[in-house]
Amino acid sequence: MNFSLTEEQQMLADSVRRWVRDGHDGEARRRDKTRRPLDAALWRQFAELGWLALPFAEDDGGLGGGPVETLVLMEELGRGLVVAPYVPTVVLGGGLLRRAGPAWRERHLPALIEGRLQLALALDEYERVFAPENTALTATAEQGGYRLDGRKALVLNGDQADALLVLARTGGVPGDEHGLSLFWLTPDQDGVSLAPHRTVDGHTAAKLTLERVHLPAEALVGEPGGALAPLRATLDEALLALGAEAVGALSVLLDDTVEYAKTRRQFGVPIGDFQALQHRMADMFMALEQLRSLLLAATLKVAEGHADARRAVHALKARLGLDGRHLAQEAIQLHGGMGMTDELAVGHYFKRLTAINGLFGGADAHLAAFADA
Amino acid sequence: MDLTIPDHEQSFREEVRDFLARAMTPEIREAGRLTTSVFAPVKQAMDWQRILHEQGWAAPHWPREYGGTGWSVGQRTVFAEELVRAGAPPLIPMGLQMCGPCLIGYGTEEQKAHYLPRILSGEDIWCQGYSEPGAGSDLASLKTFAESDGDHYVINGTKIWTTYAHHANRMFLLVRTRRDGKPQAGITFLLLDMATPGITVEPIVGLDEVPEQCQVFFDNVRVPKANRVGEENDGWTVAKYLLTFERGGQDYAPGLGVQLEQLKARARRQATATGSLADDPLWRRQVADCETRVLALSFTEQRIKSALSAGKDPGALSSMTKILGTELQQRVTELAVDTLGAQALLWQPGALVPGGGEAPLGPEYALTTMASYLNARACSIYGGSNEVQRGIIAKAVLGL
Ligand SMILES: Cc1cc2nc3c(=O)[nH]c(=O)nc-3n(C[C@H](O)[C@H](O)[C@H](O)COP(=O)(O)OP(=O)(O)OC[C@H]3O[C@@H](n4cnc5c(N)ncnc54)[C@H](O)[C@@H]3O)c2cc1C
Repeated sequence: MNFSLTEEQQMLADSVRRWVRDGHDGEARRRDKTRRPLDAALWRQFAELGWLALPFAEDDGGLGGGPVETLVLMEELGRGLVVAPYVPTVVLGGGLLRRAGPAWRERHLPALIEGRLQLALALDEYERVFAPENTALTATAEQGGYRLDGRKALVLNGDQADALLVLARTGGVPGDEHGLSLFWLTPDQDGVSLAPHRTVDGHTAAKLTLERVHLPAEALVGEPGGALAPLRATLDEALLALGAEAVGALSVLLDDTVEYAKTRRQFGVPIGDFQALQHRMADMFMALEQLRSLLLAATLKVAEGHADARRAVHALKARLGLDGRHLAQEAIQLHGGMGMTDELAVGHYFKRLTAINGLFGGADAHLAAFADA
Repeated sequence: MDLTIPDHEQSFREEVRDFLARAMTPEIREAGRLTTSVFAPVKQAMDWQRILHEQGWAAPHWPREYGGTGWSVGQRTVFAEELVRAGAPPLIPMGLQMCGPCLIGYGTEEQKAHYLPRILSGEDIWCQGYSEPGAGSDLASLKTFAESDGDHYVINGTKIWTTYAHHANRMFLLVRTRRDGKPQAGITFLLLDMATPGITVEPIVGLDEVPEQCQVFFDNVRVPKANRVGEENDGWTVAKYLLTFERGGQDYAPGLGVQLEQLKARARRQATATGSLADDPLWRRQVADCETRVLALSFTEQRIKSALSAGKDPGALSSMTKILGTELQQRVTELAVDTLGAQALLWQPGALVPGGGEAPLGPEYALTTMASYLNARACSIYGGSNEVQRGIIAKAVLGL
């Protein structure tokens, strides 16, 4: 076993860290309370730095990276609290395209890698607990194609996506693993409406409504009725990416809290002198180390294709929802009133973690899946 | 010992229900639904207080001679329960729960005659000037100084985290009036008019993007000595008395019980492949965990209230209900977020402003769920942090 980065991976880590430090004004981004359109300059830099090419095969114009490279990138982006649609466009959209066959890859990956294509994946439905197989939105076969009707909630990056990947039922009923299909559609198509909004962490999303949307048969991405397997593999990668981002964010929360405890004085001493708080910070430190271990375990198992890889991904997401959440809450608590302000970064990291915990199933769902796996 | 509910309490419940059904305007109901903090939107909360005051119900816990209702402990619990069940916005506590009881205990006859009716009617809106940038948990280290100048004090310094200072026309505050001796022994309790020259108020934006707290700056602010409550340099006694009310005056259990009922209703509307989230054994366990703790807390609160009405000082027990109530409150908001999954991430602060006219892009409760979760992180910090409360229990109750 070897947990050290290769020279190339180390260079990637350094370059992301440098960009976050010098090239990115996180403070200004945090201050902004409006739903901002995509920062085109930022996305162009992502393309120029090669980050958009990271997980794609060299044959497809990519850099041939895998989950470890994504981890390296995402952990630094998490540390810098960078707001960018990397997961929706590259990890989710790109992951599904990678698995959709050569025609889809050839048609769309070059644009994605060059930063000219924004994607969004529409999964969540109103008043339905998250699980791909719980999908109810229907795609009815009709002459020459399909007709889609229904609504999707919280489509990440849906407000700025050039194309949407929509999970729908071409057969079966909610709960069935078969009968799920993915469709490619664009926001300008008849019957498609998007209501953009912010999410709690300052990212953006949209509510998607489909009313009698007629799609040609070619809009079907991958096998009819066979979306679940590629979707699950892609979601694993998204959970790893978000897990890495979360670990980066949590490490900042721990560092900031320890630093604050050393400088904030009450009762004539730094509050870090109080044993009650020392123990709490020691627990935060242990939680972070445990999460980092799960992140590495899951990432390496997925990268190497181990049979129990998905189980480790569930473990990571479950523990993030429990211990990561607790760590973030402690960070606020130990900052006292200051922790509740919009001014300090702590609250913003807290909100990003809250969002990550809410995406793609919470702790309970992943604990249950772990037990069943 | 028994749990018999007297007949008159049953009929009292009916009376309260009838009244609430009649008296709450649509605006007040909307504000109640959109309240995501212990501090409700100020306009609607004050409108509601005026309606309750007309009925004589604005301050049930005050002694009757000052405008209280003279209700039994049981009746007060019924009233609190029915208020949350009806979805009424909570009344702003700084006047009714804090300043009022304090004046009743320590104010002069003139102060009581002047201020108490105005607190009850809602004519005055109060804020609490205790904390300072350098004096949070260690409140006694506060530095805002009041220099004696004839029959006035001249105040210089700053207060922070002053909730609703930007809405209030009065502040009760702690100032230092002596530089030597024990820190606690040089503190004085004052009342002031927020329109006094030299006061600047700067709102502080919170995690939920709402400016709820403020920093307040004092630059040679002149306050008449007649506005002092208690003796000069004896303000700490008054302040501690008030903190007991701030922590223990509130019943957490009734509100928590109602929130859990609402949460169950929502879970029934979250479909799974086989039914709803409300049938999910993991989810049921989480709710049962909360409900059993709330049941215990409701009886703890009743026990403390019975002791109070028998004339005993709640003392350190108010620290216990503060910790239990706030941590359960945080847990319930957390579970509410989990119940909605990603739908709780929708962030539309404009749709949370009563009368704001912005339509929510999902169920209204999805919007309030996240804002409540964020805001509730504060309740283990304010009113004396839960770490400080645990310290009080260890020292004052356990003698450690
Ligand atoms: C939403 C909100 C509303 C508020 N409203 C008001 C108001 O209207 N008026 C007002 O005067 N104040 C108000 N406050 C201020 C509140 O009372 C203080 O925030 C609180 O007393 C904590 O002080 P601090 O923020 O300075 O934190 P600090 O005292 O700096 O504490 C930081 C951390 O250290 C811990 N700590 C401190 N001392 C000890 C110790 N001895 N042992 C163990 N742990 C310790 C604390 O528990 C906390 O976790 C409000 C605060 C909030 C968040």
